[in-house]
Amino acid sequence: MISFTLNNQQVSVDADARTALLWAIRDHVGLTGTKYGCGAGLCGACTVHVDGVALRACQTDIGSVAGKKIVTIEGLSPNSSHPLQKAWLVEEVPQCGYCQSGQIMKAAELLAKNPKPSRADIVAHMDGNICRCGTYHRIIAAVERAAREA
Amino acid sequence: MVETRISRRNLLAGLGGLTFCIAVGNDGVRLMSQAQANTLANAPVTPWVRIAPDGTITILSAGAEMGQGSMTSLPLILAEEMDADWSKVAIEWVPADAKVYGYKDPFGTEHLMWIVGSRAVQLYFNQLRTAGAQVRKVLIANAAQKWGVDAATLTTEPSVVVNPSNGARLSYGEIAAFGTIPASLPEVDPKELKARKEFRLIGKSVPRRDLPAKVNGSAQYAIDVKVPGMVYASTLHSPVHNAQPDIWDPGKQDQSTVAAESWNDAEVKAMKGVIAVVKLANGLAVVADHFENAKAGRDALEVTWKKARADGFDSRRALADYVRIHDDPNAQTAKLEEKGDVKAAFAGAAKTYKAAFQSDYGYHAQMEPLNAVVHIAPDKVDVWEGSQAPDESRKAVAKALGMPEEKVDFHQCYMGGGFGRRSLGDYAAECALIAKEVARPVKLIWTREEDIAQGMFRPQSFQCLEAATDASGKVTGWKHCVVGDGAFLLITGIKIPYYGVPNQYLERRGVSHGIKLKHWRAVGHVFNTFAIESMVDQIAVDQGLDPIEFRLDRMGATPKARKVFETLAQMADHTAKRPDGRALGISITERSGSLGAGAVEISLDRASGKIRVHKVWVAIDGGVIVQPFAAKANVESAIIYGLSSVLHERVTIKDGLVEQSNFHDYNVMRMSDLPEEMHVQFVDVDTRPTGLGEIGNPFIAGAISNAFFRLTGKRLTHLPFMPERVLETLKA
Repeated sequence: MISFTLNNQQVSVDADARTALLWAIRDHVGLTGTKYGCGAGLCGACTVHVDGVALRACQTDIGSVAGKKIVTIEGLSPNSSHPLQKAWLVEEVPQCGYCQSGQIMKAAELLAKNPKPSRADIVAHMDGNICRCGTYHRIIAAVERAAREA
Repeated sequence: MVETRISRRNLLAGLGGLTFCIAVGNDGVRLMSQAQANTLANAPVTPWVRIAPDGTITILSAGAEMGQGSMTSLPLILAEEMDADWSKVAIEWVPADAKVYGYKDPFGTEHLMWIVGSRAVQLYFNQLRTAGAQVRKVLIANAAQKWGVDAATLTTEPSVVVNPSNGARLSYGEIAAFGTIPASLPEVDPKELKARKEFRLIGKSVPRRDLPAKVNGSAQYAIDVKVPGMVYASTLHSPVHNAQPDIWDPGKQDQSTVAAESWNDAEVKAMKGVIAVVKLANGLAVVADHFENAKAGRDALEVTWKKARADGFDSRRALADYVRIHDDPNAQTAKLEEKGDVKAAFAGAAKTYKAAFQSDYGYHAQMEPLNAVVHIAPDKVDVWEGSQAPDESRKAVAKALGMPEEKVDFHQCYMGGGFGRRSLGDYAAECALIAKEVARPVKLIWTREEDIAQGMFRPQSFQCLEAATDASGKVTGWKHCVVGDGAFLLITGIKIPYYGVPNQYLERRGVSHGIKLKHWRAVGHVFNTFAIESMVDQIAVDQGLDPIEFRLDRMGATPKARKVFETLAQMADHTAKRPDGRALGISITERSGSLGAGAVEISLDRASGKIRVHKVWVAIDGGVIVQPFAAKANVESAIIYGLSSVLHERVTIKDGLVEQSNFHDYNVMRMSDLPEEMHVQFVDVDTRPTGLGEIGNPFIAGAISNAFFRLTGKRLTHLPFMPERVLETLKA
């Protein structure tokens, strides 16, 4: 049994310590906003925050997060009110939407440490997150908007 | 938020209000009253539009949603003619019943729900407008009767019938509380439909309805579905396509005995959480209590595979062999088009041109790996899948289980990308077989590695083009031969209806490798348009003409093509000098009735061979644009998809095995490669909408290669233009 804080709630998962956090969150706890894309840390669809740091949940064993604070897209705000979520809607960023939880969580990490990022800062920070629908330019616009309006 | 578990009984039972049904009669699909529908014995009847007394209007959408926005744009078309208040419209998915909700197959006689080939808005447009206009007429008729006035004197505002002579108003909700639907719905003459200037919704860009759920993690994809008692499956398909696990000879051996010899059955079954190992047509599925355990079991499988057609297949060697097939005068050919007298055009030509091109396999790389959930109950089967063709998927599941389709309830989900891969129902059928075997609800998820290894791919190809010009420089003769596997996939985009070349001969020379192939965002257009537009550019350069001027004057561009080229010329200012080290390339493409002329501005790092695309422009004739903002996003998406495939993406097969396995060696475009500028413009026309999901993609290859020539004097002839290939071209 491994316990951690997930979106401000204590949870315990009955699984092997080597189980990927991704499957613990999605299947054991049942929060499915965090997505499986590659299972190899290559696409960023499973990005979550562990003690404020954006990590790939598919590459993070639950054994390594015992006692830590994890935030997923569901816990980013109670009602889609995070400046990034609002900006994402204004800029109509999502297409298929599958990668967007990971994109938003990755971008949230950036704004938390750099509230006024340049375009180059955004690109450097977000380059590991794949969007197959090619919404990259809208992601940049939304991050810039969120930085402006936050 | 879309309610995916729609029940037609709930809808029909209604909460009061008016329900407009749709049914298939001898005269085709039509809207009708519920009362009338109920009198039709055995007719497939389901609701399409329901107006509740509180004013809520529920419209079912056949627009499978993979990010292109048609889930919203289809109901919007109906709402437009109905004059509905969009803020009161709720959207639900239609059931997977093509007889009722399908469009007529443009290439056949059946009704289909396939959201492929950029068809959704294009093929549903007229049907939905007529249905909307009928609903509006019924609402007006009810108000007229209530007020005792002539219906012709009444008009509507959004969700309100208005009597202009006395200002009386009745909302659609109020009418729904007392109204009736006549047994026969009023006819609608196309002339009665709204004129473009009367549109309140079409062309105005309402927010897509799927967006709010896609920023907070609540959007439901099939991979997110959970059913009580559900277990998880992970498959291992034969690494060489379409091989079976080396297993029994029916009648000679007992399957359980052989199974152990064909794969390490006992070892895998003994692993943590593993419930079963299920044999599939060309693979095995490990079923476990959790996905991580199913996948661990799958990864531990050691299987002896039977011989397969693609054993030993080498994609590079095959591609080289295509050249020989093209040169072989006795090779079998399929004539695709013959116009005029090609022989005479070449015999009497002032000059002739010849060029060859090649293209590698491509993979969809949709972000959501293929998956499905199936629950087999005693009396019915529930299937959850994100499908571009729910009707096809339902059929595939029914067939796999040997059950009538009526017993299969298909629950549409959002798709994490489709791009042509999600229209067969193959993995849903596979999931159904596994669920049947283990007698429990099953969620099947293909790993990313499976998703790549199993394709299905955009075919690789070879093309040889020849052109003849007359003394005035006009192109009078045109030959295009495409060689490869994939039959119909190979030939899309090979015709050039936007040019007026009088003498043409187009042919396909087919081979078959046993590699799984599939539609892929415009498929054949990718390599055919590349070859066509590279060839055209070559002649333009030879004649020393501006590329657009050449296409207009010497290729006999149609008026529609002229319009998009002229628009592009204005957008890109293509004759202006580009910054040092940069060059512009032009190309045109058609797809699904739309026509797009595009340009790219590139630079080249000559040391690494890396091409960088800085700016992209495209001018598109797509008819009336229903949702301009979403349409623009869709085209931008196709541009990025095109850039990614042209600059990075390549599947190769060696010894029968796909050499790429995940995003580290199948490179898709990332943010740092994003062009600084993308400009999309729709030309202003009043014609019926045409397809927009793919029109932004096929022009990219030709535009880049033409820009590359202007920069370097060399021609790129093999897709994709990876840095090592670019370096080879520079050295050649």
